[in-house]
Order: sequence, then C-alpha cells, then structure tokens
Amino acid sequence: MAEPLLEVVDLTVSFPTEDGLVKAVDHVSLTVDSGETLGVVGESGSGKSVSFLTVMGLTNRKSAIVEGKVLFQGVDLLELSPDEFQEFRGKKIGMVFQDPMTSLHPFYKVGDQIAETILAHRGVSKKEAADRAVDMLQRVGIPKPAERAKQYPHEFSGGMRQRAMIAMALSLNPDLLIADEPTTALDVTVQAQILELISRLKEEFNAAVVIITHDLGVVAEYCDHIQVMYAGKIVEKGSAEDIYHASEHPYTWGLLRSIPRLDAEVDRLQPIKGLPPSLIFVPSGCAFHPRCPYAFERCLDEVPELLPTDGMHYTACHLSMSDRERIFHEDVEVRR
Amino acid sequence: MIRYIIRRLLWAILVLLFVVFLTYVIFFLLPAGDPALRFAGRQPTPAILAQVRHQFGLDKPWYFQYLTFTRNIFLGDQYGWPGLGISFTTRTPLKDIVFGRMFVTMQLAIGAAIVWLSVGIPIGILSALRPRTLYDRTAMGLAIVGISMPVFFIGPLALYIFWFKLGWLPGTGYYPLGQYGFGQWFSHWILPWCVLAVLYAAFYARMTRANLMETMGEDYIRTARAKGISERRVVLKHGLRAGLTPIVTIFGLDLAGLLAGAIITESIFNLPGIGQYTLVSVAQQDLYAILDVTLIASFFVVTANLVVDILYAFLDPRVRYT
Repeated sequence: MAEPLLEVVDLTVSFPTEDGLVKAVDHVSLTVDSGETLGVVGESGSGKSVSFLTVMGLTNRKSAIVEGKVLFQGVDLLELSPDEFQEFRGKKIGMVFQDPMTSLHPFYKVGDQIAETILAHRGVSKKEAADRAVDMLQRVGIPKPAERAKQYPHEFSGGMRQRAMIAMALSLNPDLLIADEPTTALDVTVQAQILELISRLKEEFNAAVVIITHDLGVVAEYCDHIQVMYAGKIVEKGSAEDIYHASEHPYTWGLLRSIPRLDAEVDRLQPIKGLPPSLIFVPSGCAFHPRCPYAFERCLDEVPELLPTDGMHYTACHLSMSDRERIFHEDVEVRR
Repeated sequence: MIRYIIRRLLWAILVLLFVVFLTYVIFFLLPAGDPALRFAGRQPTPAILAQVRHQFGLDKPWYFQYLTFTRNIFLGDQYGWPGLGISFTTRTPLKDIVFGRMFVTMQLAIGAAIVWLSVGIPIGILSALRPRTLYDRTAMGLAIVGISMPVFFIGPLALYIFWFKLGWLPGTGYYPLGQYGFGQWFSHWILPWCVLAVLYAAFYARMTRANLMETMGEDYIRTARAKGISERRVVLKHGLRAGLTPIVTIFGLDLAGLLAGAIITESIFNLPGIGQYTLVSVAQQDLYAILDVTLIASFFVVTANLVVDILYAFLDPRVRYT
C-alpha cells in the first residue's frame, strides 16, 4: 500500500488554563489517503476542529502543548520551524472555515484576498495572480467573476463567501483540503450546494478532503470514511457504510437518532441526554458513560480501547459484539 | 457620497450658528456688567458711554447686534474676513490676535500629536503581540500612571527637573521659528510637546493594544495564517489595518480638542496660544474675544467630526453614506 497523504500518530493537544489542563485532543491517530474524503463527526468540544487546526499549524504554539506526529507526505509538520511550515499552509494544505461571514477580511477585495495566497507561494506577477483569482471564482460557480473579484466580502451572500473561501483554499491546487464545518453557518439549500461543490472540485483538483462536522446526516453522502470523536478521542471509525448502517458505538447511535427524518415511525427526535463533558475533568473510564444508556460497571473505570471489529471498522466500547448488533437493530435502526 | 458631504456641511454651519447664538446670549444678554463700561475707560461720562454704545451698535436691539455679528463672521467687517470684531482690551482687530495665537496652538497640538502617535501606537502594538508578558505588564502599568497624571502636575515637575535641576532644556516661553532659528524654537517646544503627549500616548497605547488584540482573535486573521503568509504580514497587513482604523476617529477628535486650545499646557509653559487667550479674555470680559475663541473651538470640533466621518468611508469599505 502506498504511503498515506496524511498520517496523524498519537496526537495529543492540551491547553494549560487557570482551571487546569484542557485535553482537547487525546491520543488521536488517523490517516487520509490521496483522493479520499474523510468525515470527522462530533459535538462541540469533541476535539475535531483542534485536531485539524493543529495539522494546519494554527493552534498557538505558545499556549498549546502538542505531542505526537503529523506526517504529511512523510514530513513531520510538528518538527518544522514556523517558516518551513508556511510552505505547506495554503500551498499543499488548504482550509475552509466554519463562518464565511467572519472568515474573509472585511477591508480587502475578495479577488485580492485570493490573489494574496497565490502571490505568497508562487513567483507570479500581481496581474497573473489576479487573473488566477478570477479564474478560481469562476470555477467555484460565482457568476461574473471578474466583477465579483473587485467587490468586498460584505457585498457577497453567505453561500458566495463560502465559495470564495473554497476558491482561496484551492487556488494553489493543494493535495489536502480541510473543511471545518463548511456548511454550519449557511442556509439548508446552500449547504447542499456547497457540499456538492466540494465534492465536484475534489475530483477536478484531485485532492483529498477532510470534512469536519457535527451533523452526521450531512456528510454521509460525500465521505468514504467517517470517524466519530468524543471528548478528544476517536470512539468509532469505519467506512461511511459501516457508520451509517452498522454502527457499533452508543454515541454514534445517539447521533444517528438525532437526525430528523420525515418518514420516521416515531415522531419525536431522541437527543443524546446530558452535555458534552468538561475536558479538564474528563469522566473516568469511558468518557461517554455518564450519558450512555447502556453503560455498565466496567465502563466506569476502564477506558475502552479503539479495536477493530470487522475489517477497517474500529470501535472503542465495552459492550459485547452481540449486544451491539442487537441494540443497533432493535433500538437504532427501526427508529431511523 | 457628494450629497452626504453637502448635507453634513450644511448641518455643520447650522451647528456653528447655534453655538454662536448660545455664546452670544450668555455673554451679551446676561452680562456681568454693561459691555460699554468695559470699553469706555475709567469714570466715563454718560456722553462717552452713549458714544461707545453707538459705535459698537450696543444701543440697537439685541437681535440686531447678533445678526450684525453673525453677518460679519461670514461676510467680513472693516478689518477683513472673517469679521471677528475688535478686542475691548487692546482695541485692535481680533482677527490678527486670534490668528497669531492659533498658529502657536497648532504648533503645540501637531507636535504633541506626532509625539504621542509615534510613542503610543508602537508600544500598544508590541503589547498586543506579547500579551501578559513582562513587557506588556510593564508598558500597560506605565500607561495607567501616564493616564493618571494631570498636565498641571507633570508640567511643573518636568520644568523643575529638566530646566531648573538638570538644565538640559530651556524654560518656558514661545520662541518663533523665524525669529530665533530652529535650535531655539525646537528646544523650547520639547517639554510642552512631551508633557501634553504623556496622557494621550498612554491612552493610545492602551487603545491600540485592546483594538489589535481583538482583531488578532478574529476569524479572518486565522484565514490569513492559513494562507501561509508570514506572521509579519499577517500582523502588518491584516491585523493593523482593521485594528488601527477605529483610532483614526479618536485621533481626529482629540486633535480638534487640542487645536481649540490646550489651556493648562499653554498656561504652564507661557505659550501665547488660543487656550491661554481663552483664560485672558474671560477674565477681562472681552466679549468679542470670548465669542471668537468659542467659535473657533466649535469650528474645529465640527470640522474634525466631518473629516473623520468622510475618512472612515474610505478606510472601511463597509461604510457607505447616502
């Protein structure tokens, strides 16, 4: 098998605060192969964004303690100096953020902001960079791109701004695109357009994509693999098929049951009870046990390991295989 | 935009007219004594008083006097344009006095502004980029001290240390550039500039730090970093542009306030500026002089507001006036 594009090994990110050490990411390992789409799912505070901000080198080096390895095309990004890291950011890894309303600089023209990325990494003239920016705006489906490039972000709608962000992230043809909740701040109709766009451009630009989201329903269609994170740890990972139709972790079940469906037999959604845990005082044993309806004694004091159950499908749960299958069929599948 | 500017200009004129009217009412209709008495000299005869009243139009109804005064401002009087009247005290045209003093005040205000901008803003930027470090704590601690020390305290203190004790700098007084040459002129300005700038420099350092820190936490700064541009460029191009824009507004108003006269600084350093003249004219009940300095002060404030608002539309593309 070829070397993966991105290999994160045992990544731990913690932030010392006055209240204690916040463990935002706790021994996370993952791989992204060239051309694949990985979905990373979890609630707020599950560590999904911090993991990938660290991959981008955007966690503050002074305030965060980062351990582990982030191998990108075989280079450990965490070992690089800030100057060396700049070469990767924007050029080989592009990133799209959650809120397009605040992610573009309000004082600069959209075209100039895209051109800035190009100028930073390629020795081209300003004119060439500006032309490339217009070209990119066209490729992300913005009508009249030459005029739009001369406008300011506040003259764009939310969906258009997110398209512009995508144009910026892809302008140097990166090998990896990280989209951090790219649709959360957008209207439902626009959400689908943006995901469609990302998936189309992924083919055009031949890039691998990581989509970070809290909405399992959104990504299922577009991802090859999905991993579910809870309290800084990966609790389940597998193919989209595995996660959607044969999931094995009670937290994933909770997420699946929270997706609204018009044709469901029960008419009320079943939210996961309780709140995401504090990352300073993480619950003992399995971090999910206080909210898990199936928890038993072992869950209180023993941390479940992420173990393979079926090929590439991994789960971190103490429930037996037969219990998991039974509960999924009886309790989860029928309610969806 | 043009329509907006015209509308704002008309409003500005209206505000000035109102200010003149208010000042006029306070000093002419509620006077601490008959204005004519002030001009007529000691123990005037009724005939002289009547003559003075007639000469200055004081025998006319008050609204007639007010309209004459206003008309003179806009159209000029026998001493030229703008017609600012004559001083009861010196009996010379106020235009020459006021303009001469305005020139002194301008030197003070602009020099001090250069000092406080070039000291306050860099300190604020460095603090914002190294928050909660020893440097930041020290700088911001000193800024608090600077904000807390009034000019009437550090002014005499600075004179005592640098002039009287150390003899590094000359004392008070105004030494015009043309008459005394650059060295004399400059050395006499150093203390007034610095003393006046202390408060503002401290205030601007704190404001720059707060603004820039807020900006550096914005999502678009993260986007800029994600582009892979240098941190230097992130700060200088993306951070400062947004972080310093609000300071333009404050600066315009602060400068205008000082152009209207820095009363305490001018008095301490014996600088014949507008601020000092305000004190003198009020003390001597020199009515036209009071009207003039009030008018000048409001003119600067109104103009600065207008300029700042228009400038803002150029600095922040989101702001569009109609």
